[in-house]
Amino acid sequence: MADAPPMFEARDLARHFDVSRPFLQRLITREGKRTLRAVDGISFSIPKGSTLSLVGESGCGKSTVARLSVGLYGPTAGSVIFDGRDLSEARGLADQRRRMQMIFQDPYASLNPRWRVADIIAEPIRAFGLMTSRAEQQDRVAELLTQVGLSPLDRVKFPHEFSGGQRQRISIARALSSNPEFLVCDEPTSALDVSVQAQILNLMKELQQRLGLTFLFISHNLAVVRQVSDRIGVMYLGRLAELAPAETLFRTPRHPYTRALMEAIPDLEMTGRERIPVGGEVPSPITPPSGCAFHPRCPLANDRCVRERPELKPAGEAMVACHAVEEGRDDAMPMPAIARRAA
Amino acid sequence: MAAPLLQVRNLRVEFPTRRGTLVALDDVSFDISPGEVLGVVGESGAGKSMTGAAIIGLLEPPGRIARGEILFDGKRIDNLRYEQMRRLRGKEIGAIFQDPLTTLNPLYTVGRQLVETITTHLPVNPAEARKRAIGWLEMVGIPAAAQRIDSYPHEFSGGMRQRVVIALALCAEPRLIVADEPTTALDVSIQAQVIALLKTLAREKGTAMMLVTHDMGVIAETADRVAVMYAGRVAEIGPVREVVKHANHPYSVGLMGSIPPLDRRVERLAQIDGSMPRLSAIPQGCAYNPRCPQVFDKCRQLRPDLIDAGTTRAACWLYDTEMARG
Amino acid sequence: MSAAVQRFFGSDLWWSFTRSPITMVSAIVAAICILGALFAPVIAPHNPFDLASLNLSDAFKPPAWHEDGAREYALGTDDQGRDVLSAIMYGARVSLLVGLSATAFATLLGVSLGLLAGYLGGAVDGLLMRICDVQLTFPSILVALLVDGVVRAALPREAHDQIALFVVIFAIGISEWPKFARTVRGSTLVERNKEYVQAARVIGVPRLRIMVSHVLPNVLGPVLVVATLNLGLAILAEATLSFLGVGVPPTQPSLGTLIRIGNDFLFSGEWWITIFPGVALIAMVLSVNLLGDWLRDALNPKLR
Repeated sequence: MADAPPMFEARDLARHFDVSRPFLQRLITREGKRTLRAVDGISFSIPKGSTLSLVGESGCGKSTVARLSVGLYGPTAGSVIFDGRDLSEARGLADQRRRMQMIFQDPYASLNPRWRVADIIAEPIRAFGLMTSRAEQQDRVAELLTQVGLSPLDRVKFPHEFSGGQRQRISIARALSSNPEFLVCDEPTSALDVSVQAQILNLMKELQQRLGLTFLFISHNLAVVRQVSDRIGVMYLGRLAELAPAETLFRTPRHPYTRALMEAIPDLEMTGRERIPVGGEVPSPITPPSGCAFHPRCPLANDRCVRERPELKPAGEAMVACHAVEEGRDDAMPMPAIARRAA
Repeated sequence: MAAPLLQVRNLRVEFPTRRGTLVALDDVSFDISPGEVLGVVGESGAGKSMTGAAIIGLLEPPGRIARGEILFDGKRIDNLRYEQMRRLRGKEIGAIFQDPLTTLNPLYTVGRQLVETITTHLPVNPAEARKRAIGWLEMVGIPAAAQRIDSYPHEFSGGMRQRVVIALALCAEPRLIVADEPTTALDVSIQAQVIALLKTLAREKGTAMMLVTHDMGVIAETADRVAVMYAGRVAEIGPVREVVKHANHPYSVGLMGSIPPLDRRVERLAQIDGSMPRLSAIPQGCAYNPRCPQVFDKCRQLRPDLIDAGTTRAACWLYDTEMARG
Repeated sequence: MSAAVQRFFGSDLWWSFTRSPITMVSAIVAAICILGALFAPVIAPHNPFDLASLNLSDAFKPPAWHEDGAREYALGTDDQGRDVLSAIMYGARVSLLVGLSATAFATLLGVSLGLLAGYLGGAVDGLLMRICDVQLTFPSILVALLVDGVVRAALPREAHDQIALFVVIFAIGISEWPKFARTVRGSTLVERNKEYVQAARVIGVPRLRIMVSHVLPNVLGPVLVVATLNLGLAILAEATLSFLGVGVPPTQPSLGTLIRIGNDFLFSGEWWITIFPGVALIAMVLSVNLLGDWLRDALNPKLR
């Protein structure tokens, strides 16, 4: 699997946003320009037919990566390479669009409330001019609806007639209608109830097997990520803290942030457990801490962590951006209970 | 066990609409004792937030309590007038909501809001109230509380703001706290801190707590007992370990099974097919019967009440002893 | 078709309509005004523009219930012997025509520019919104007067009477588009960031098509409310312009023109020449406004 050519690759990808106040206000308060470094130099690749997940807390930049990947944003620096072609090349994106689609978080906002289901699902078919005859389109819509577990009769209905889970199925049908090879899923189940979440995750796994899809999966939920991923990247303040095969990450998390995150998740097996919460909060990405962004909350931080920003370096099967791991000081922080149980 | 502080008896909440009356809650009963945390779980629309709102007297109109009663410390509170209820809500019953911004007044400093609440409900002078306010902020884990007390809500980050809300709910030293998704808007690392805080409170101050959330992990870690709600009714209620690990009601079983496990990868998650019925189309008999894998004739005709199922109480005909005998 | 009708009578909108007596009365009054204006040539007792039928000896007849009144002139006659009731019906026609056209023009302009400003953002947004800001600092009637004056000065005198109607419509429309643009821009900013728009962008749907087929249908709700409220204002604006003598030509008198003409006789005792057109104007504008208020509340989910 690792030898397969990557379907998708991000190289030193960065995206900064100008969040300065209006010019006049800046002049009065003598304030400089302010830049939000939502994504600040990350690299990863996804082999064909596999799933890479990005996890992290709100504001870590994972959704920005999703939007960069499908060209909703242009990168400030670095490049997005899809099937060997840079998206920023002339016509690069236009050619590849059919082959990459996105599934969004909020099933109540991702479908146009004034459109019928058939029109919603057929939009990509029409936009790419894949089928011209109406009958052909209708057949395809019916086929897609069946594929995602809805009835072909649902095509004349409007989105408000469906529950959240059913809407997410419609969203998936739309994403599949142009026969894409690569799907970017931005928190596709976080707005759903847990029993419905299981339905959607199962459906996505099924579709991946049947259609050989490649997934970039964005989520804040580690348990969900564990079920769907081949590899997992943990993001903190716009950077990758750790990038590892899924099982490796859960058995031997290396980065102190990964460990803290795993320790913090409330877990069914842990009734009555006492937890050691990570102190502090995620700092603002507008004024990130110096050196390693995690150092103010990290129990292993030393002078070097304050001064010098760690790069992602191999550590066993994983890639970890941490001076403590590099220097072999990470044994000082215990493995989270979940990893101990799994190992 | 101590006498229950809160008793909810056969509560029924209705919403009259032009297309007929919707029954949002039906025959909901449970108790909470001092120092006990009752978790209320269920999917969106199951009625868990509605139950909390009914208890604190903040049902959104046109919703109204149509039947049943709510007793606080042995006295009925569901029929109190607005002003009496408001006083009770500040003093005896604290409320924590999901969005901290709706609870805090953006125009006043955090300190002013805390001091006002304290002096309104407790017989202390403003100087003493301020001292206590700082104490509460420290208790909920706000660093440099003595300085930050004079900050405005917008000067706090999301997690800190939720702690301020908790301090505000606690500062009048209520005996019951109704917390509706108190950690849902927070990141995991902050969530853990808030949960730890609520747990400590229940244990040390003997505060009774009703914790409404859709996150089973939070419930598993925090609650003593759990009520699982479905379509406006309590499907199962019992000790947290039992409900989480050995649920009796088929819905609870399905719900727990569909939670992705954190410690292993499964090829296919257990799922409950279909979705919860809308309030306007609750099926006859047991509301869960169209989705239930163990459904039989009786389930389609008669609605089960909570029945003793050994370790828990479940509203399910499977545990009907007469049937078992027959 | 019948399904659509059925859906309408089953809708929340119809339900809230039947629950509001004031709205129902307004709707009836508005319907009378509109039908009266629309069918004036058929149902008016006289044709006030047919010079042959005017009889100067009938001038200044008081309303019919007055002891000097004549049966055939229900609301009396003016200085030229014209029937006031008929003049009102014909005048309402002009008022309504100008009001509707000006509102339609303002809607079209405001919605298009608001959509562009909201969706494209940046410099386009900045420019359009500053124009709005500047225009909103003046009372709109002043803007209308200004536009009216400029257009009249620019065109040859002979053309004035023929195009006067269009000038008034243009002037009022121009003075009121910012309201529409603001409303649409606000809703567009919200819709633009919704995921269904992003989904269309991922597919590569061209910008103009996203604006027209995705965003536009979802921002029109509030526009309907603004348009209804604006209709009343546009009718008033026309009446004001005509009262000041810069509105529609005297050959096609609107309610405003009638009020101005009657105003000269108010203090000489012939009050009916000005009062009745005034009452008609108030009834029309008030009923339309009340309908707009109701529509705003009925469409606002927060107040429901």
